[in-house]
Amino acid sequence: MRIGTIKLSYATDEALFDTRVQWVWLGLLALGLMIFPFVAGPYWVYLACLVAINVASATGLNILTGYTGLVSLGQAAFMGVGAYTVAVLETRVGTPFFINLLLAGGMTAAVGVVFGIPSLRVKGLYLAIATIAASMILHFVFAHWPLTGGTRGLSMPPAGFLGIALDQPQKLYWLIIPVTALMVLGAANLFRTRVGRAFIAVRDRDISAEVLGIPLLQTKLTSFALSSFYAGVAGGMWAYFFRVVTPESFPLINSIFYLAAIIVGGMGTILGGILGATFMTLVPEILKLVVGWITPWMPDALSLLAPIRTIVFGALIVGFLIFEPQGLAEIWQRIRRFFHLWPFRT
Amino acid sequence: MSDGLNRSSRETAAPILKVDVLSLSFGGLRALSGVSFEVQEGSITALIGPNGAGKTSMFNSISGFYRPTKGRIIFEGEDISRERPPARAKRGLARTFQNIALFRGMTVLDNIKLGRHAHLKTNVLDALFYRGRAHREEMELRAEVEERIIDFLEIQHIRHAPVAALPYGLQKRVELARALAMRPRILMLDEPVAGMNREETEDMARFILDVKEEWGITILMVEHDMGMVMDISDHVVVLNFGQVIAQGRPADVQNDPAVVSAYLGSGDLAQRIRKTEAA
Repeated sequence: MRIGTIKLSYATDEALFDTRVQWVWLGLLALGLMIFPFVAGPYWVYLACLVAINVASATGLNILTGYTGLVSLGQAAFMGVGAYTVAVLETRVGTPFFINLLLAGGMTAAVGVVFGIPSLRVKGLYLAIATIAASMILHFVFAHWPLTGGTRGLSMPPAGFLGIALDQPQKLYWLIIPVTALMVLGAANLFRTRVGRAFIAVRDRDISAEVLGIPLLQTKLTSFALSSFYAGVAGGMWAYFFRVVTPESFPLINSIFYLAAIIVGGMGTILGGILGATFMTLVPEILKLVVGWITPWMPDALSLLAPIRTIVFGALIVGFLIFEPQGLAEIWQRIRRFFHLWPFRT
Repeated sequence: MSDGLNRSSRETAAPILKVDVLSLSFGGLRALSGVSFEVQEGSITALIGPNGAGKTSMFNSISGFYRPTKGRIIFEGEDISRERPPARAKRGLARTFQNIALFRGMTVLDNIKLGRHAHLKTNVLDALFYRGRAHREEMELRAEVEERIIDFLEIQHIRHAPVAALPYGLQKRVELARALAMRPRILMLDEPVAGMNREETEDMARFILDVKEEWGITILMVEHDMGMVMDISDHVVVLNFGQVIAQGRPADVQNDPAVVSAYLGSGDLAQRIRKTEAA
């Protein structure tokens, strides 16, 4: 239960985490994340890294689609740009990983801006088609440019940090989790300032936003650049994680996966990107567990896994769109409100 | 009243906004043809006319939505006819909309803060880290919005409410707050009291007068509530079929035969005003 919160300055009123209880929970979460790789098995650490990479990318897409209202089906291809940038830098130049990740983000942001130019003229479904075209073009470039190694792709050495090769998920965990945390925090900060407000204004009413002094093209391209930067860094981490980058690593279905993640999580909320990406990454794992349990009774259950997964994904998206259009983030808020009011109103 | 004083200063000072033989057509339809009028600094100027007279088209041309086919718009001595809407906003041309254009996904506070966008300098990098300039600017803006605007418009109780949930009258007030946050030189109000009851209308009229007196902001408004127009404006411009048919002091315009026939076909506008006032 929560009796009330008193705030004595504007700064505390605008803080991201405004109560001590929230800070305690946050501290516990950080502690949990630090202990996690020591107590969990390698497979769970592997999954945690995958979740974090997807959270980073979904947060990026949320900036563009959830907050700015520009539907994009190019997020996976943009991740590909980041992954290839890292792979090329790692194999040909050998710069340290944090520089590679930043350059991957920068490179992808530049590519994103170019493919974002149509967004001034086309919106909604039409923009989605334009971004599919972008994915096709990028896929073609990955598969045919000598620098990207053609259809065989590129293999790369592990990231090195102070002479330690980060070749296992348990080691990469310490790179991926902090980077993702920083990216999510950055996105949350964005929407406390004029930059983020302009994005939301463009989403809600683009024409009156212009009269209020918000230049449309510049704002939309900034959103594309930021979103692609996130995709690029996420793709870079992905490259360090799998260490093989091929044109087939970033198919269109992955872009749909990220879109689904933010729909399920909650568009236009930071929490939505986190919850959605986590949930959608873990759904196949839960299905695998279920299949494992029912194998004794249904010996061919494993062969059904792939189609069932597709069906469950589709059902989840449709279900959330109909019953919970605000996504998991809204469910979370409801749970919070319940405990804030408990036991006075239940 | 202060009318005489206003008159004398009006003759000497240059107008803050001057619309110079402006024409606007959509294909064959002529929305505005050869409209000229001036808005004196520190005045309340009302733009009235029957439905379809071109009042909102005029507003949209001034704020940059529409590109006039001919003519010029001169703001503080500079021709702004070719400028994009954001550039005009930055100069201090602020407006509200007939059918409220608040951003539904934001709180009242964020909507108001958004008005300041063009005057803030925080860039993406500052924003991501929320350090230095971003933090400082946000805190200064918050303090100013709270102390100058929210207090003034008496909307403290709803500052954290999402705008979509607010009643109509309050939404109008929030829109005014957002326009005030734009640091306007001239405030363009498109039907500020449409759909309001008597009490809300009087509140709004009081706010408009206070904005003029205390903030020294020039006001240009489109309004159908003749009682209010005649009560608070210094200068009235009457449009009909895209042309100015009369302009002058409220009392003169009321009795202008062209205005009377435009409004009623025939009859007495003054009588109509008395009727709305009695209602």
